[in-house]
Amino acid sequence: MAKTLFDKIWEKHVVKNVEGGPSVIYIDNHFIHEVTSPQAFKGLENRNLPVFRPKQVVATADHNVPTLNQHLPIKEELSRIQVQTLKDNCAKFGIELYGLGHPFQGIVHVIGPELGVTQPGKTYVCGDSHTSTHGAFGAIAFGIGTSEVEMVLATQCLMQSRPKLMRINVDGELNKGVVSKDIILHIIAQISASGATGYFVEYAGSAIRSLSMEARMTICNMSIEMGARGGMIAPDQVTFDYMEGRLFAPKGEEWTKKVAEWKELYSDADAKFDVEINIKAEDIEPMITYGTNPGMGIGVTGHIPALSEIEDREKPSFEKSLHYMGLEAGASIKGKKVDYVFIGSCTNSRIEDLRMVASFVKGKKKAEDVEVWIVPGSKQVEKQAIEEGIDKIFEEAGFQLRQPGCSACLGMNEDKIPAGKYCISTSNRNFEGRQGAGARTLLASPLTAAAAAVTGVISDVRELI
Amino acid sequence: MSKSINIVTSTIVPINIENIDTDQIIPARFLKATSRDGFGKNLFRDWRYENDDENQPKKDFVLNNPTYKGKILVAAKNFGCGSSREHAAWAIKDAGFDVVVSSFFADIFKNNALNNFLLPVTVSEPFLQKIYDAVEKDANTSIEVSLPEQTITIAATGESEKFDINAYKKTCLLNGYDDIDYLLSIRGEIEKFENERI
Repeated sequence: MAKTLFDKIWEKHVVKNVEGGPSVIYIDNHFIHEVTSPQAFKGLENRNLPVFRPKQVVATADHNVPTLNQHLPIKEELSRIQVQTLKDNCAKFGIELYGLGHPFQGIVHVIGPELGVTQPGKTYVCGDSHTSTHGAFGAIAFGIGTSEVEMVLATQCLMQSRPKLMRINVDGELNKGVVSKDIILHIIAQISASGATGYFVEYAGSAIRSLSMEARMTICNMSIEMGARGGMIAPDQVTFDYMEGRLFAPKGEEWTKKVAEWKELYSDADAKFDVEINIKAEDIEPMITYGTNPGMGIGVTGHIPALSEIEDREKPSFEKSLHYMGLEAGASIKGKKVDYVFIGSCTNSRIEDLRMVASFVKGKKKAEDVEVWIVPGSKQVEKQAIEEGIDKIFEEAGFQLRQPGCSACLGMNEDKIPAGKYCISTSNRNFEGRQGAGARTLLASPLTAAAAAVTGVISDVRELI
Repeated sequence: MSKSINIVTSTIVPINIENIDTDQIIPARFLKATSRDGFGKNLFRDWRYENDDENQPKKDFVLNNPTYKGKILVAAKNFGCGSSREHAAWAIKDAGFDVVVSSFFADIFKNNALNNFLLPVTVSEPFLQKIYDAVEKDANTSIEVSLPEQTITIAATGESEKFDINAYKKTCLLNGYDDIDYLLSIRGEIEKFENERI
């Protein structure tokens, strides 16, 4: 029988099916960080349990860490305690920690792929909704809550019902200035912030195939922003080329054997999906969000919907959102002044993102009254950026290259956008207060963010390249 | 924390807003705790207070309105979207709620709620509207949620609807079982699975 990519992997990980309920699913690797793990470790202690498979757990500190002066003790007391608690728990339970100061430290969804931990055909979880990022390698990866973190620590398994399956095909050629972030923002704007709830999404089609691994990660990363349990892309030569030689990737004969296995990981020609959506790559413009959920996105040259275009039932939420953003229904967004530019987060903080920004800003200067923060996704990305001289380009442009962490994506550290200020951000969420109480977030690609950094206003990058 | 759910009869707290994300339910700056306790006081923190100041409650927000109280929170579609933070479920439970009603829940939030004996009840859009209408007419309107019967009933009008829950989860909630208890009980099978895998 024809099978989907999802089912090929899922079936290999079912330990057993529970009558009238979910399946027990085996988890190959578990990523943990400081924010959603302390209560799970406490749960183990209360039950007097060890970590079942500590070698299958990878830990890092990312959500809370400062992005300046990481060699100094963390100033903020609660953050310091939380990072220390992770360190203590990892030592106590025998888990490898790539913590602050370690050359592999970084955002959990950046370091997994970078170290070769993330591989096709495997299952991954993390107490973080953007775990879907790892699906770019043709893996089942999804975010979980802390009770589930405890379950995986205790048994390496989870109780899960098989989700429904959706395939989104993006075919054709992308327009100039349109990158993978625009593809996913376009998809979410089409199907809404809840359009894929209950589904696991496979992204397919020629436009997806043409993307690099890092660009694919950006797409899978934001699957959760349309409610999807996860997102995935079938592995291919692009995947294998990216992985080969990475620290934890298989080596020698084992590599050859694995690649042969991975080549079988695709949805069979007549495999059935519960929903299938087709998108033309040519229809996608550089995107920007205007509201307070990632589904509220438009092309940069478009206009914010007029009140008459919104269904009655949705009007209160829509108006509340625009009021928070200080924007007018029906208005265009191009030319709107921005105060901050944030390039970073598990969505867009990889070396290709930094290169993309650098190649655009080389020889240019930031607009005077704009503050620009570039936060690399990991120590390795930071190191590479410096080796390639990208740091100099940023410096000359007046951009600040900071140290790795989640930073202003969620403002758990000091990197907060002040109330009322507009921040064009390459992160994944524009929720109220996400980047700081009262902060106004406009989500966009690294290229569109870089354009705004230079012009000081929301700009159509196509006019500038 | 009550570790089982059966029948909950209560007045309700209505929030008629769609796409309520977990950053609103509990802002990220409150995720720095290392225990599960005490999140309730920061539930909907930034919708509740001006300038993050408990002395400046926003009068128009429902949690600051003494007219509305109860163990059942009723919200519009796509409740709990966004971050996987279980702190959102902890905050709602800690604030005294046992049930959340919506026409649509985000997946991770739903799992987190179930793991904390906070019952997510999905109703149809028309039924949700009926609840909002009933509470607008009478703030003291009462709702009965019966897990054994899988029904939700508006007391004043007798209008009722069935809701779905998978049989396994229902048994867990009725009896106070955790997934982790079950998983621990099959560790032998998990080891066998590991050994048989290539």
